[in-house]
Amino acid sequence: MLRTVRTVLLWEIGVGLWKTLVYFFKPKVTINYPYEKGPLSPRFRGEHALRRYSNGEERCIACKLCEAICPAQAITIEAEPRDDGSRRTTRYDIDMTKCIYCGFCQEACPVDAIVEGPNFEFAAETREELMYNKEKLLANGDRWETEIAQALAADAPYR
Amino acid sequence: MATITVNGEEHEVDGRLTLFQALQSIGKEVPHFCFHERLSIAGNCRMCLVEVEKAPKPVASCAQPIMDGMVVLTDSEKTIKARRGVMEFLLINHPLDCPICDQGGECDLQDQAMAYGHDRTRFEENKRAVHDKEMGPLVKTIMTRCIHCTRCIRFAEEVAGVEEIGALHRGEHMEIATYLERSLTSELSGNVIDLCPVGALTSKPYAFTARSWELRKTESIDVMDAVGSNIRVDSRGAEVMRVLPRLNDDINEEWISDKTRFACDGLKRQRLDRPYVRRDGGLEPASWAEAFAAIADRIAETGGAGMAAIAGDQADCEAMIALKDLFAACGSQNIDCRQDGAKVDPAVRASYLFNSGIAGIDEADALLLIGANPRIEAAVLNARIRRRWRAGGFRIGLIGEAADLTYRYDHLGNGAETLRAVADGDHSFAEVLEGAERPMLIVGPGVPVRDDGAAMLGLARQTAERFGMVGGGWNGFNVLHTAASRVGGLDLGFAPGEGGRDTAAILNGAGKGEIGLVWLLGADEIEMDRLGDAFVVYQGHHGDAGADRADVILPGAAYTEKSATYANVEGRPQRTALGIFPPGDAREDWTIVRAFSEVAGRKLPYDSLAQVRARLAEANPVFEAVDEIVPAPWEVFGDPVADGETDPTPFRSPVQNFYMTDPIGRCSETMAKCTQMRRALADGARTGTDG
Repeated sequence: MLRTVRTVLLWEIGVGLWKTLVYFFKPKVTINYPYEKGPLSPRFRGEHALRRYSNGEERCIACKLCEAICPAQAITIEAEPRDDGSRRTTRYDIDMTKCIYCGFCQEACPVDAIVEGPNFEFAAETREELMYNKEKLLANGDRWETEIAQALAADAPYR
Repeated sequence: MATITVNGEEHEVDGRLTLFQALQSIGKEVPHFCFHERLSIAGNCRMCLVEVEKAPKPVASCAQPIMDGMVVLTDSEKTIKARRGVMEFLLINHPLDCPICDQGGECDLQDQAMAYGHDRTRFEENKRAVHDKEMGPLVKTIMTRCIHCTRCIRFAEEVAGVEEIGALHRGEHMEIATYLERSLTSELSGNVIDLCPVGALTSKPYAFTARSWELRKTESIDVMDAVGSNIRVDSRGAEVMRVLPRLNDDINEEWISDKTRFACDGLKRQRLDRPYVRRDGGLEPASWAEAFAAIADRIAETGGAGMAAIAGDQADCEAMIALKDLFAACGSQNIDCRQDGAKVDPAVRASYLFNSGIAGIDEADALLLIGANPRIEAAVLNARIRRRWRAGGFRIGLIGEAADLTYRYDHLGNGAETLRAVADGDHSFAEVLEGAERPMLIVGPGVPVRDDGAAMLGLARQTAERFGMVGGGWNGFNVLHTAASRVGGLDLGFAPGEGGRDTAAILNGAGKGEIGLVWLLGADEIEMDRLGDAFVVYQGHHGDAGADRADVILPGAAYTEKSATYANVEGRPQRTALGIFPPGDAREDWTIVRAFSEVAGRKLPYDSLAQVRARLAEANPVFEAVDEIVPAPWEVFGDPVADGETDPTPFRSPVQNFYMTDPIGRCSETMAKCTQMRRALADGARTGTDG
């Protein structure tokens, strides 16, 4: 009996429309990506970058700890003494298609050179574009330095 | 024997040991830096402190003799606290630069700081810094890292015999320094890199290039000289990064010469990586088939009597036996593994071996060096002679060029006349030899290559027999070679057969046109001009003199790139292992000969390495047991010398430049720098930081 009345009066549809009406006046939860972006944790592990010191000297000292710890073996490093005798990489490659974004490399780095920055928008059309070399990683570092430094500072008290 | 109680357990130990050695012998690990079993005891790092009952303070176990009934605690609270304290003091002035230190990953200080140290520092003052010292092209110094264990000083003084490193100043101002700011004038200087427990002395050519954990380690044998030092080849990818010594008490203990250690960068340069055939005067790249066809055509023209083979200094036994069989199948007896023309007798094994064995030096009590300069001909062996000399009761006489051998010797004379005088018992040194129980003599590589080489060997044999060097389980007649292939080649019979020509005759024949084809198995040290119009096949790994003259080049493998057998001076067959693959089209040498034999229509009866080695053992049973010496029976050899016909020229070592005796060394940048450095030192020029 009750079932028949509800059916005739389109009760279920009314409930549905009411729900819609309630949400219509509530604040929105979606954002207008890519013009708007959600908040990111300072610990977010996105695209890799090689940082520099404020005087422009690259931080990486070719200790190869990131290469050693990388579980996906995505990092390849070659090193030799630079003209001034300091230890530097001649090659620092990350295969971003192998990387699993575990963040071990930045944990292992004794000089905060390799970091996973806040950028997650680095999709590419070809695989080749995801084979990052030292130049690309340093360029990333230069581009994202402000954000990276902020994130590191924000997370520093918990380390 | 003495009984000591360690942590409540009683142990029987050798009473002559120090406490440290005794603890090691019963499997108790004691941390240490300055102690090294082949150097004298310094006792200055204090890391090996242990608690001994009734001793008021912890004692340094490395300098503590064993006493019967000693009660030792190796992991008591007091011991652990003492070690922690020592470690804290060591780390106070040690920089925290492990990430840029080449020792990182294989550092004693790193390991022991993890195991016995604190995890944080209490030191807030300034750390000390020390200027780096100049130590030449081989050793890089970062002296701030030094913990003053003095191992390098003791090594230079005791083993290398060059007192050129020392400690300056005292206390916090103590510095390890080369007094003259230049490299050690030792052929063993690279060993201080291994000895340094921290990263203060590291390898300059290897600097920053690789980490210990990314290297593939292959246990192998060195072929830069004839000692057959046991080495470990560390490679990454297709590149040999470094060579390290491996422990073998019978041969090299744990030292290797600088040539062994640093010549490996020559393996990357001037390599032959594909076959070449000479067309219209120039060498052109060719396929294996073309190269083989060119040789086969030539062999068809010359016939057996018109072809000859010379094996070079780094030829392996497998390749030599294959080439020997190939030449035998072609009907040629003209083969020789003595490219320098040494007149040692292939038929009498005792005439070309280091019969006493390298370890036999320790048992000898008098030594006669005949035209030998072991310091540059076999640097590691020289270190053993020096150690025996230091132990005392070991008179050494030298006939030949006077040189600094790092030990004192009586210079008896320069040449054959003196040798004859000693052999006849007319020389004053004869008394020394007569009085000795186990006298030995070493005939240097410069002696058999003389025109009267066979006669000189005869005189040496007479000397050995006269002074009782042979017999009673002792054979003190020793011949020193510089070629790694020499003993193996002679053992397997890579020498002219009946009616065959030796090296000199091959060269003469080639010059006269009687020899139409010469197969050089890595032979670069012959006079290429004398080959005349002969068709030259060069099989080897480096583009050196042989490849320059060749009409066909067959690219072979270097010693790090093949599993091959080499017999060292003692006649001990040892095997190298494949560390990296040969470059490009290059192949293991015996496989090249085997492949060619099929093209030439004289197929050799072996297809696998095991079969070649079975053939080796068949050629000479000494190859059956690897790493073991089969003593050679004493027989008569050498020419008799008639009175008054000796050649007055002094004995002279064939090695004039220690660093460049082979194609690998000649292609090595590091060896070139060493040569330059030695020349500059000889010229009296200042080097290094003097600008």
